[in-house]
Amino acid sequence: MNDIAGFAVAPDAWALQLYVAGQTPRSLRAVANIQRLCAGQLKGRYRLEVIDLYQQPQLAQGDQIVAVPALIKRLPDPLRMVIGDMSDAERVLHGLDLLSE
Amino acid sequence: MQLQLPKSATGIQGLDELTGGGVPQGRPTLVCGGAGCGKTLLSMEFLIHGAIRFGEPGVFMAFEETVADLTQNVASLGFDLDDLVARRLLALDFVRIDRDALAQSGEYDLEGLFVRLGHAIDRIGAKRVVLDTIEALFSGLPNTAILRAELRRLFSWLKERGVTAVITGERGSEPGALTRQGLEEYVSDCVIVLDHRVIDMVSSRRLRVVKYRGSTHGTNEYPFLIDETGISVLPITSVGLQYQASVERVPSGVVGLDAMLGGAGYFRGSSVLVSGTAGTGKSSLAAHFAAGTCRRGERVMYFAFEESASQIMRNMGSIGIELAPWVESGLLEFHAARPTLSGLEMHLATMLKEIVRFDPQVVIVDPLNSFVTVGNENDVKMMLVRLVDALKLKQITGLFTSLTLGGGALEQTDIAISSLIDTWLLVRDMESGGERNRGLYILKSRGMPHSNQIREFSLTRQGIELRDAYIGPAGVLTGSARLAQEAQELAVQLRREQEILRKQDELSSKRAAMEAHVVAIRAEFAAQEVAALAQIDQAQLSEQLLTQDRRDMAQSRMVEAA
Repeated sequence: MNDIAGFAVAPDAWALQLYVAGQTPRSLRAVANIQRLCAGQLKGRYRLEVIDLYQQPQLAQGDQIVAVPALIKRLPDPLRMVIGDMSDAERVLHGLDLLSE
Repeated sequence: MQLQLPKSATGIQGLDELTGGGVPQGRPTLVCGGAGCGKTLLSMEFLIHGAIRFGEPGVFMAFEETVADLTQNVASLGFDLDDLVARRLLALDFVRIDRDALAQSGEYDLEGLFVRLGHAIDRIGAKRVVLDTIEALFSGLPNTAILRAELRRLFSWLKERGVTAVITGERGSEPGALTRQGLEEYVSDCVIVLDHRVIDMVSSRRLRVVKYRGSTHGTNEYPFLIDETGISVLPITSVGLQYQASVERVPSGVVGLDAMLGGAGYFRGSSVLVSGTAGTGKSSLAAHFAAGTCRRGERVMYFAFEESASQIMRNMGSIGIELAPWVESGLLEFHAARPTLSGLEMHLATMLKEIVRFDPQVVIVDPLNSFVTVGNENDVKMMLVRLVDALKLKQITGLFTSLTLGGGALEQTDIAISSLIDTWLLVRDMESGGERNRGLYILKSRGMPHSNQIREFSLTRQGIELRDAYIGPAGVLTGSARLAQEAQELAVQLRREQEILRKQDELSSKRAAMEAHVVAIRAEFAAQEVAALAQIDQAQLSEQLLTQDRRDMAQSRMVEAA
């Protein structure tokens, strides 16, 4: 968990969205996990938006949400999605192209 | 009172009939089958009919086809999905999961799908839901254990929401498995299996209700069609021997033939088979019947499997049967197709569909046994049973022609279907004296007195004419032999008449001779009589004289003695 793709990016270069469904323990766990991960790996370079589908169900179709919690990497390209409670940090980083093989 | 399971009509012709009203209301139904079997179309029709005809808006969640594809596919069937969406009668949602761009970290659930579906249901007040094909999730999302648990939850959630759902599934490769992921374990209320087989290069589609909890249903495989009006299922095997037998008679269109059939023709709603070798006039008999029926203002549907409609009309025109005007006036409809075009079931399905649409009083199938090239004889028989039953149920008179091959016994080829036939006409060619002539006889005709005679029939410019049969020592005389026989009989008759005249002449001259003779005898008698009378007179005179003499003598003796 140490090789972060080292390229120069603007502070807002990482745009992430975390979709959850309600304040379930799994949702809360996912939010906490991703916040911790971003604070550690993307400090000052990311913007995280947490969306509760119970509050905004109309977003599910447009963003192709099926499984939750779902983390979507909008920026930088390409678009990536990680599903689950984000408990496996290595897999999250993999999924976000933050960790090379 | 019997408690009836509430059902949601699918609006698909035939399917509601065989399920007794549709799929279970408020419960999920599984529709499964192989690729291209029509499950997407069936489920889409379920929604469209629900929206348009039953006032039940629906949500279509597609996992394999995009909204654009779906819209385009059903547009060819005349359904405008965009319009239904705009009128909030339909909601379309294409669920796409990009496996390559997806990773899993920890546990997840499908609550996103639930929210998405629930939102769509709420937005248009949907009563119906289709998930097509939800198994695609298994290839898109990791961890099948989670998916299975979530699908189980999804189906009970759908029940809780009270929506009538159709879930499609791809047929599994393992024998006995209806779907790849065993969806039938979760959806246990109603399971419908679609099948699309190709046998001998001919394709046929079939549908079977494998399971319907709490309801009776047809368990057979039913053929179904996909055509320009969508799906239609034909639950034809459900008809039995319950039909009403009519006493009404329909003329055969040939005067002489009606006379042979108890003087009135066929029974309405009966099945008539005309069998015979090639070129014996089977189609002509059929055309006569068609024309006669149209003339009475009734409708005829003519299924031709060997000739095109225009060819039939041209040929029949040559023997004075004009069919074209009836086609123009809409009383006669031709359906010409090669038997090999599709499978037996498909033919039957198409025919019944057309019959239901056109509602004819007479159906002609010409010829029936072209189907032997498609199916085996048993299949053909099964098909005919269904067709005959369906026709009888609707009181439609069916006339089928059947080509028998030369050589074998004429009756033999058709023996398999004989039991279904009420009136069986046999046309045959009779060869004698270097000629080939046509003969017709009634092999059987249920429920009416009928002629046992073989009648010769000829095709003239005015149509079929039946002639009296001449039975000679060598059998029935036809053609020239018949003409010779007719001439011979005429000669014999003439001779007889002349003989009588001669005898009469002879008699009268004999009488004249006799009478002359009598006159002569009488004259002779008269002459003799005169002579005899003269002699008698003479004798009497002599006697008197003698007596006088004697008296005188005695007197004189007494004088002498004294």
